[in-house]
Amino acid sequence: MSALYNYVLNLADNTLILGQRLSEWCGVGPFLEEDLALTNTSLDIIGQAKMLLELASEIKGDDETADDLAFMRDQHLFKNVLLVEQPNGDYAQTMLRQYMIDVYHVYLYEELSNSSHEKLAAIAEKSLKEVTYHKQRSELWIKRMALGTQESHKRMQNAMNHLWHYHHELFESNDEIDELVQQGIAANPEELHKKWDVEVKDLITQTPLEIPTTGWKATGGRVGHHSEYLGKMLCEMQFLQRAYPGCEW
Amino acid sequence: MKLYEVFLRAKAGLSHKHVGSVHATDAQMAMQNARDLYTRREEGESIWVVDSTQIISSNPTDKAAYFEPAEDKIYRHPSFYPFDKEVKNI
Amino acid sequence: MYSQGLRDSQAGDDLPELLEAFQKRIDAEEKIEPRDWMPSAYRKTLIRQISQHAHSEIVGQLPEANWVSRAPTLKRKLILLAKIQDEAGHGLYLYSAAETLGESRHKMFEDLLSGKAKYSSIFNYPTLNWADAGAVGWLVDGAAIMNQVALCRTSYGPYSRAMVRICKEESFHQRQGYAIMLKMAKGSSEQKAMAQDALNRTWGPSLMMFGPSDKDSTHSNQSMKWKIKRFSNDDLRQKFIDATVPQAEYLGLTIPDKNLKYNDKTGHYDFSEIIWDELFDVIKGNGPCNQQRMDARNKAYNDGAWVREAAAVYAKKLNNKKEVA
Repeated sequence: MSALYNYVLNLADNTLILGQRLSEWCGVGPFLEEDLALTNTSLDIIGQAKMLLELASEIKGDDETADDLAFMRDQHLFKNVLLVEQPNGDYAQTMLRQYMIDVYHVYLYEELSNSSHEKLAAIAEKSLKEVTYHKQRSELWIKRMALGTQESHKRMQNAMNHLWHYHHELFESNDEIDELVQQGIAANPEELHKKWDVEVKDLITQTPLEIPTTGWKATGGRVGHHSEYLGKMLCEMQFLQRAYPGCEW
Repeated sequence: MKLYEVFLRAKAGLSHKHVGSVHATDAQMAMQNARDLYTRREEGESIWVVDSTQIISSNPTDKAAYFEPAEDKIYRHPSFYPFDKEVKNI
Repeated sequence: MYSQGLRDSQAGDDLPELLEAFQKRIDAEEKIEPRDWMPSAYRKTLIRQISQHAHSEIVGQLPEANWVSRAPTLKRKLILLAKIQDEAGHGLYLYSAAETLGESRHKMFEDLLSGKAKYSSIFNYPTLNWADAGAVGWLVDGAAIMNQVALCRTSYGPYSRAMVRICKEESFHQRQGYAIMLKMAKGSSEQKAMAQDALNRTWGPSLMMFGPSDKDSTHSNQSMKWKIKRFSNDDLRQKFIDATVPQAEYLGLTIPDKNLKYNDKTGHYDFSEIIWDELFDVIKGNGPCNQQRMDARNKAYNDGAWVREAAAVYAKKLNNKKEVA
């Protein structure tokens, strides 16, 4: 597959799998207003996934539709980072994961708004507005939980201990991506990482949270090596299309 | 959680209108909750949220004393001054 | 008092002259607003009805949320999520309206979680296949809309305004449900079977959504007189059946009632006597999903306690800081 297809598919799968995770909160949020607000986020994110998958399907150029890509691919063909497939856990874990992605998305879409690939730029421009709001929300929640009660701080620190190891993968590069950066299509991962680091660490210094200093770094999503969680997620998500292939819904 | 009243302006040129309330622990949350609840269908382009306890409202028992005295002051309305048709642009 | 500004009306003594003046306002189609005098029974009835309605929206999220993770296409997933989210929104509009009567949402919610307050029995049935997501939209929302349109003119201002807003938003709910049914009914034989199965299970409970027959309804008369309710249960039920039967025919599905037949004389469909014992049994708590729904609501509420507390404590810290600065 082309470098561009792989690049777009990574962005698409990140949003699709995150959106699927977020939608698990629908109806069971910590209070009604928050339930509704988080569902707004998942709607935005799944909407982005739909646009990006449509673009991927167009780039691929055969008869595989966006829905086919979402519902008929096996897990080793998914290219999302491992961060987004991590279980929702408690609200601290959900919100920290969200904040990590939100900051990434804001810088990513800012860059991609100027991409030489017109369609990608258009998607990025639209999505940027959405993720800017998502970040405002998740940032406040990080503060509320990190600085709220002892329990909430403990939970947020636990989330940090677990999730921090997953952020590096967002900024991984390879020859294909370097080439796309050269062509003015893709965002430079290294630049994104720098900006992300500054912003996230700035927020963390306003809280008593501590960043784990050592540990494992998640990797593998781009080449289809996922955590065990993804396969089970797909079993559920793809059930109808798999059980009754070729139907219209 | 505190109760906040929510006011929306549908578009520039109109005034804000009361649409309901939300619960929130702080003002920023109230603002975001109002956005997420009351503007899901492009209903507004500006939001006010007001701590419910800060609203001072007139008392229904004062209704007669407050509002009825305006009833007979019909000279405040333009229709109180009829002219012949020849008088124009007034 | 929960909130002083907008809503400090007292449940006064129900003196006959006050009652009479109140009834005159109602008869003149005047809306009653939060701080106006109102009979304590009027207030009580409204709190009961509006909060039950709000609870139904909130519990009603659950059977449909059961299919969000398995929605078969990206479009369907988005639509279903948006729709369930609207239900939460409608719950909020309604709690907001009920709060203007001096009842806190906290109190109403506690009553729901303890099982003291009721919600619509329809949500105590399971959604077993994807067509249920369609049938819920088509029939359950369809029945709800009949009720809700009638409530837009209810005599209590905040309730009426909430209903207007809800009706405006709800109109897509029934249509998206019917759209799912249409795809299924016109699809493969397996899809059609799912659609028929969903209709078979949902039809009866949908008819019960309008409440007991007028002759058995305990709350109806006074509510009609106060114009809280504007149409009788049986009238709305008939209206729903008359509207729905042709829609089922268009789908090529069979409504599970062998006595269902158009009556030339009345201009309405005749239908079988409803088995009310089932409704009363489900209301009592003996439906297939009562326990499951209540467990889910309680779990969400309990799991969220530390989040709400953290936010409240953080807000207090912010305020203290401001005062110091």
